[in-house]
Amino acid sequence: MESDEDFMSVGSSPDDFLDTQGSDIESLGDEIDFGDEFDGGFSKDKDIIATKRKPYEVEFKVLSPDDIERQQNVQISEVSSILGLPPESSAILLRYGRWKREKLIESYMDHPEETLEEAGLGTNFEGTPQTEVVSGFMCEICCEDGDELETYAMRCGHRFCVDCYRHYLAQKIRGEGEAARIECPGNDCHMIVDSKSLGLLVTDDLRERYKALLMRTYVDDKDNLKWCPAPECVYAIDCPIKQRDLRRIVPTVQCDCRHYFCFGCTLNDHQPAPCTLVKMWLKKCEDDSETANWISANTKECPRCHSTIEKNGGCNHMTCRKCKHEFCWMCMGLWSEHGTSWYNCNRYEEKSGSEARTAQARSRESLERYLHYYNRYANHEQSAKLDKDLYLKTEKKMTSLQSQSGLSWIEVQFLDTASQALQQCRQTLKWTYAFAYYLARNNLTEIFEDNQKDLEMAVESLSEMFEKPVPELAKLKVDILDKTAYCNKRRVILLSDTAENLKNGEWSFNVDW
Amino acid sequence: MFATKRLSKELLKIKEHLPPGISIVKSDNLEEWLMDIKVLDENPLYLNETYRLKFTFSNKYPIEPPEVQFVTTPTPTSPTPASSDDNAITNPRRTIPIHPHIYSNGIICLDLLSSAGWSPVQTVESVCMSIQSMLTANSRNERPPGDKDFVSYNRRRPRDINFMYDDDNV
Repeated sequence: MESDEDFMSVGSSPDDFLDTQGSDIESLGDEIDFGDEFDGGFSKDKDIIATKRKPYEVEFKVLSPDDIERQQNVQISEVSSILGLPPESSAILLRYGRWKREKLIESYMDHPEETLEEAGLGTNFEGTPQTEVVSGFMCEICCEDGDELETYAMRCGHRFCVDCYRHYLAQKIRGEGEAARIECPGNDCHMIVDSKSLGLLVTDDLRERYKALLMRTYVDDKDNLKWCPAPECVYAIDCPIKQRDLRRIVPTVQCDCRHYFCFGCTLNDHQPAPCTLVKMWLKKCEDDSETANWISANTKECPRCHSTIEKNGGCNHMTCRKCKHEFCWMCMGLWSEHGTSWYNCNRYEEKSGSEARTAQARSRESLERYLHYYNRYANHEQSAKLDKDLYLKTEKKMTSLQSQSGLSWIEVQFLDTASQALQQCRQTLKWTYAFAYYLARNNLTEIFEDNQKDLEMAVESLSEMFEKPVPELAKLKVDILDKTAYCNKRRVILLSDTAENLKNGEWSFNVDW
Repeated sequence: MFATKRLSKELLKIKEHLPPGISIVKSDNLEEWLMDIKVLDENPLYLNETYRLKFTFSNKYPIEPPEVQFVTTPTPTSPTPASSDDNAITNPRRTIPIHPHIYSNGIICLDLLSSAGWSPVQTVESVCMSIQSMLTANSRNERPPGDKDFVSYNRRRPRDINFMYDDDNV
């Protein structure tokens, strides 16, 4: 456990949420033993209001840009009061120390001057910054020396004309995307331009960008925060799951923009498969799937030298280009044993043929195994896309259902619910196949496969109902509602089971990860 | 606009006085200058040699750093062949100095020339001096690691390359 986190839980600080979080991290991080403690630690302050979390769910909070700013300000004012520094300086210190508050306070207590120096702060914090006209001044950047020249200098005393300062800041903020660590324009001066100076010098449009950049670095610096990866989404997620927990948990979170994603790797929700396996799987599919498919469908291996052979026409009498082995394409047996029944091989049970086929089968096994899982994975992905198209038509369906059957808007909502359930269940199913590919078989995988089968059957039958023409849908309402509920229930069962086993380290895998 | 006044002033000053070993070769406009530098001590790597630096200024200079690299003469890519009179001045033989931070195509890996290490207070003169002292301090007769690959594959301009400034010793 890092010392900063220990501190976080001890301090009686005004920022409640950070505090509770700190202690939660504690209960999570110290031990790998997640068992019951895991849940207990998470839900202690929520039991009263929230229903108990399911085994595959994690605690998280969605933060709006305002929330993020508030979080920063709370920490800034806290550090400010502890260290007796003005808020601007505390902000610079915190940004310099990547918001590791306790470490920073400690370092300041031990060596105040060095810490300030390293963070780009002088030791003198007096006064409000203002621009000045200094007689006889020439700006070192633009070489202007007019009498009316407005100039500005931070505490480091490096004075430049306001115009140059502005250009400089604009270049840093807009051109280079810098915010937290913009240094004084002076040569070798590491004084950091503080927010008051910035406020004085930059124009409004830049100020917005500056604020956004600061927020971006803040979220990037904090391990417990991540931006929602959905396009245009401005929210961030606050979740205490650490990188090292990802072997035991798949932290799917849902943003207020409705996007489901994994807090661990920010890919789309991939429960029940853990992030590392997901990455391995995606890589494998990228490399393998199409080629493997084709090889499997169109080729066999020479029974003697195992060269891959494509039969692109002609009779069953094969002569391997490489080793000159002669065999029958149908039964894979020796051609010499074929006698005269050349073009109609019916020798399936002959010894040489069946041995060759066994060898062939073994070498193809791994490929077939992969394709088994891949095809199911890909099928659910494809079906989810089709269901999605249907979902996009749902609204229209709902409208026409209203007019045809005289149902009210609220009464046709079941279609929307059903299509969402379909999407979610298919997403889960898809990843169960990637997960299963890496599982070593044992009793647990039997149960897993049963759960998978149950969910799959439920999903397919709901999918079928969903495709029925509009007039029939009204009659099916109760069935669809039931089936939707059933699908969701099966999904919860499957995910709970896999998540529990993952937490307890019960799964065994056929790969190291 | 921004660069003009500043560069004119720099030019005035440069024409008045330059530190030893540094001289200006060409400054017909305010976009591109040529400077010659010499290493003044007895460093055997650079003894009796003069090297040529090309400065290219954007209109954001000096907020943005200039692009600076060593060039060879006669310039192989020179767009218009210089007249024979010019040849004597602009085309004495110039090579790329050997240095672990200078690629054989003239590109210099120097923190000062990146947007992060640049300060608008720097000038053509101060850049020349920094490069001069970078040569003076060097005793390694070698190119940067990966020089060959970099030189044959790099099509980027120096300012678009993200160098890692990992070595402060040379």
